[in-house]
Amino acid sequence: MKRDIKTNKFVIKFANVNGTGSASANSLFSKAIFRMGIPISPKNIFPSNIQGLPTWYEVRVNENGFLGRRGGIDIMVCLNPQSMERDVAELQPGGYFIYDSSKPIDKILLRNDIDFIGVPFMEHCREAYKDARHRQLFRNVMYVGSLAALLDIELDVLKGLIGEQFKGKEKLIAPNVKALQMGYDVAKKLHECPLAFRLSRRDKVGNRILVDGNSACGLGAVYGGATVAGWYPITPSTSVIDSFAKYCRKLRVDPETGEKNFAIVQAEDELAAIGMVIGASWNGARAFTATSGPGLSLMNEFLGLAYFAEIPSVLVNVQRAGPSTGMPTRTQQSDVLYSAYASHGDTKHICLYPSTPKECFEFTATALDLAEHFQTPVLVLSDLDLGMNEHMSEPLEWDDERTYDRGKVFTADDLETMEEPFGRYLDIDADGIPYRTLPGAHPTKGAYFTRGTSKDEYATYTEDGKKYVDNMERLQRKWETARHNVPKPDIRTTGKPCNVGVIYYGTSEASTLEALHHLDRLHGISLDSLGIKAFPFSDEVEDFIEQHEYVFVVEQNRDAQMRTLLINEFEFTPHKLISLLHYDGSPITARFIRHIIRDNILQTATAPRTRRSSRK
Amino acid sequence: MSYSVPGFRHPNLPQNELGYTTKDYEGRVSTLCAGCGHDSISAAIIDACFEMSIPPHRVAKLSGIGCSSKTPTYFLGNSHGFNSVHGRMPAVATGANMANRNLLYIGVSGDGDTASIGMGQFVHVVRRNVNMIYICENNGVYGLTKGQDSATTDIGSVSKKGEPNALEPIDLCSVALQLGATFVANSFSGDKSQLVPIIQAAIAHKGFAFINVISPCVTFNNSPNSTKSYDYIRQHMASSNAVDFVPPEEEITTDYAPGTSEVVTMHDGSVIHLQKLDEKHDLHSRRSALTLINDYKAEGKVLTGLLFVDLDSQEIHETMNTTATPLRNLTETELCPGSEQLEKINEILR
Ligand SMILES: Cc1ncc(C[n+]2csc(CCOP(=O)(O)OP(=O)(O)O)c2C)c(N)n1
Ligand code: SF4
Ligand SMILES: [Mg+2]
Repeated sequence: MKRDIKTNKFVIKFANVNGTGSASANSLFSKAIFRMGIPISPKNIFPSNIQGLPTWYEVRVNENGFLGRRGGIDIMVCLNPQSMERDVAELQPGGYFIYDSSKPIDKILLRNDIDFIGVPFMEHCREAYKDARHRQLFRNVMYVGSLAALLDIELDVLKGLIGEQFKGKEKLIAPNVKALQMGYDVAKKLHECPLAFRLSRRDKVGNRILVDGNSACGLGAVYGGATVAGWYPITPSTSVIDSFAKYCRKLRVDPETGEKNFAIVQAEDELAAIGMVIGASWNGARAFTATSGPGLSLMNEFLGLAYFAEIPSVLVNVQRAGPSTGMPTRTQQSDVLYSAYASHGDTKHICLYPSTPKECFEFTATALDLAEHFQTPVLVLSDLDLGMNEHMSEPLEWDDERTYDRGKVFTADDLETMEEPFGRYLDIDADGIPYRTLPGAHPTKGAYFTRGTSKDEYATYTEDGKKYVDNMERLQRKWETARHNVPKPDIRTTGKPCNVGVIYYGTSEASTLEALHHLDRLHGISLDSLGIKAFPFSDEVEDFIEQHEYVFVVEQNRDAQMRTLLINEFEFTPHKLISLLHYDGSPITARFIRHIIRDNILQTATAPRTRRSSRK
Repeated sequence: MSYSVPGFRHPNLPQNELGYTTKDYEGRVSTLCAGCGHDSISAAIIDACFEMSIPPHRVAKLSGIGCSSKTPTYFLGNSHGFNSVHGRMPAVATGANMANRNLLYIGVSGDGDTASIGMGQFVHVVRRNVNMIYICENNGVYGLTKGQDSATTDIGSVSKKGEPNALEPIDLCSVALQLGATFVANSFSGDKSQLVPIIQAAIAHKGFAFINVISPCVTFNNSPNSTKSYDYIRQHMASSNAVDFVPPEEEITTDYAPGTSEVVTMHDGSVIHLQKLDEKHDLHSRRSALTLINDYKAEGKVLTGLLFVDLDSQEIHETMNTTATPLRNLTETELCPGSEQLEKINEILR
């Protein structure tokens, strides 16, 4: 096959069996490319299972720094006979199929528009290692070695990474390097190296880091001063707490006494998890929980209590594909409406939508500030793609001048000098935000009773309709204040006259921005864009929609939930918003977005525009 | 802290060591039915705290939902209170306790709130040995929703509804004992002389102190054939011991015949003086307590008294090795690792 050489621009996918230790080999592969200064974006596609089922790892290599999913596969590294048929089928024409040729490949699978590259990994491992477990483990390292030859990965970089990985267990370095070299040599001997898709050192990474969103959220909670975490395990949120625990053990333990400046309680369920957060926050600590769809469902009653009784609480919701248990290991942005309006009665909650690990870090810390400032739940809506995959991100930053916004809390001194009696729900500053006191503050002043029932300004139980309405309206005033204090949207204007806009949020960001770049370059279609970062929506969101004739809303759910939320909150005609929906559980691709917008716009140039939505 | 108690003092009311009178431990006027057992429990809490000179503002009161859970409004008006959601007080109390280990936490619940909707949380708060007092005001009925049988209603017991209960009851003291509760007592709202010292002992205990208090619902479950009525309990109540609480400074003055009494020194140095009414009972043996509950039940009697105390109890903060400073008092200085540390973390991620 005649081929063009493609350097630093391809998508490679690994087909593995879960529970075989391939994950660390795959991340060794990615990290090596990253260390060669070439931007990458790896994605795990894994089953809800511990051992024995197919699992994939897709890495996009792109020296231009496009980090969303592109769509299409150029190289398949297949180590799982179970999935071989679909893995062959998934390759784009002109691709390479790399497989373990210890067993001959089934002739039926052969395609003549791709190249098959066989390397007998198992055969060599069987000769080199006696122990079955070693054969399995070192086969993983071996295929990375072969890829080093086939794709031109610098061997020294790989060896360096192995050295870092086994720091403290130096005995393991030599056998791993041996397996790596064996893979390299075998591939070199059997095939012409490198392939047309290849790597070459660049300086395109700069000071950026490679980290998953959940690690960043956990670290954000440490920096943001969370001391209490109540939680219940659920994919894909568990690693948020793992990360919080890891960094707390490292950074929050007194080296002499071993005493901890944090308390992490694994609750009996999500009801208890959020209950603990509410109890701790009520008592003046910064507390948070992390969960996903089913957990959020269980937390509803408590979220309403926190809203109505005005108790700070922070919840990181790492979304996965619903409804119900859904696809627990696949991604979606399908809790947008449910998070915004969680619980019965007139409730609504501040939501933040991070797009990158850096934003995961910042928004988790900010959520702790906002929750105390507004005395209300704040939900950080990440998703499985952002949370569980490593992303290339700007380095995390912390301003040492930054102080925690502990909100309006009367201290014992305030209470002592106050002339008016303390009223927990008085709107003293006319911004809807009342003052609270903490248990134990003062011997005789400032105690009040927190309740989920309706109450007057002095926290006394009341069923008086007028007082109830007054309180609900104050909550609404508080909401309006919040609108001006949450993170602002990211707006990018083309500078050209443009009557069409695109709205996106969360992990649709990278793919959307890439799609817009290519729409401009390839099709001459240049569109303005706005990335929503928070709910309640700030005025800029409304202005953006007003200023454009129509606006695409890119989402990863079936029901166009953000579109619904926008329509619900603003007065404009719903026809202005065109849905662009992707929800099969895989991260949305730049290609998908580009094709839909292109088709839609080119069609509108000649014929009346129809809305692209699977529902409305 | 140097803030003084209010200047005006009712001249005739006795004051405790802190200069407070019982008035300072009272709450709002109760809105429960006249004669409701729950009100007597509130009164016992007031007496216990007054006598022990607990600074009212150092107490946090927490509850779920129900008539029983309303009562924290009616005692300790100078304490912060939290009426949470049905059956979930344990989680809120656990969180509150995590935030500040230095307050006294009093949780109040009902039998519906504890043994049905809240059973999951009850079980786990016991296991965790959260340092708190958990009082279940047990009337064998759902008071606030007007008289349904609860999970603690005895077989054959008949409430105002008129139908004898057919299902096996849950004995909360036995459950607590089996789950490793470090302090378990059973009492009766109508016996203040027993209840007050038990509450005091619970306050002195370090760890989770469970007190089940039979607390008749005069409106829905005080019927002639109810096993949670005033009459029934008065006729069938037996006690394993009589408890006398002696604060750390005071001397024990009562004399009992040798072998019939026991002096138990609590974690805070206070002492409980037990007069043994059933010499078979060993206060420090879980098995003894469980056996005794069953033995009395078999005889149609309701065993009350202090049933079990584990003096080696390790409360959750000790197990977790949390810092002595309440977590909620920590500031940026202790909590935020700063930009230099963050740069080190960035470096690891490159
Ligand atoms: C989630 C939920 N379900 C149902 C209720 C209705 N409810 C209120 S109190 C109560 C029962 C209370 O019984 P118990 O705990 O025994 O308290 P009592 O009134 O008998 O003191 C119920 C079912 C509720 N408040 N919340
Ligand atoms: S209904 Fe029963 S439990 Fe409720 S207040 Fe009246 S007597 Fe007490
Ligand atoms: Mg009851």
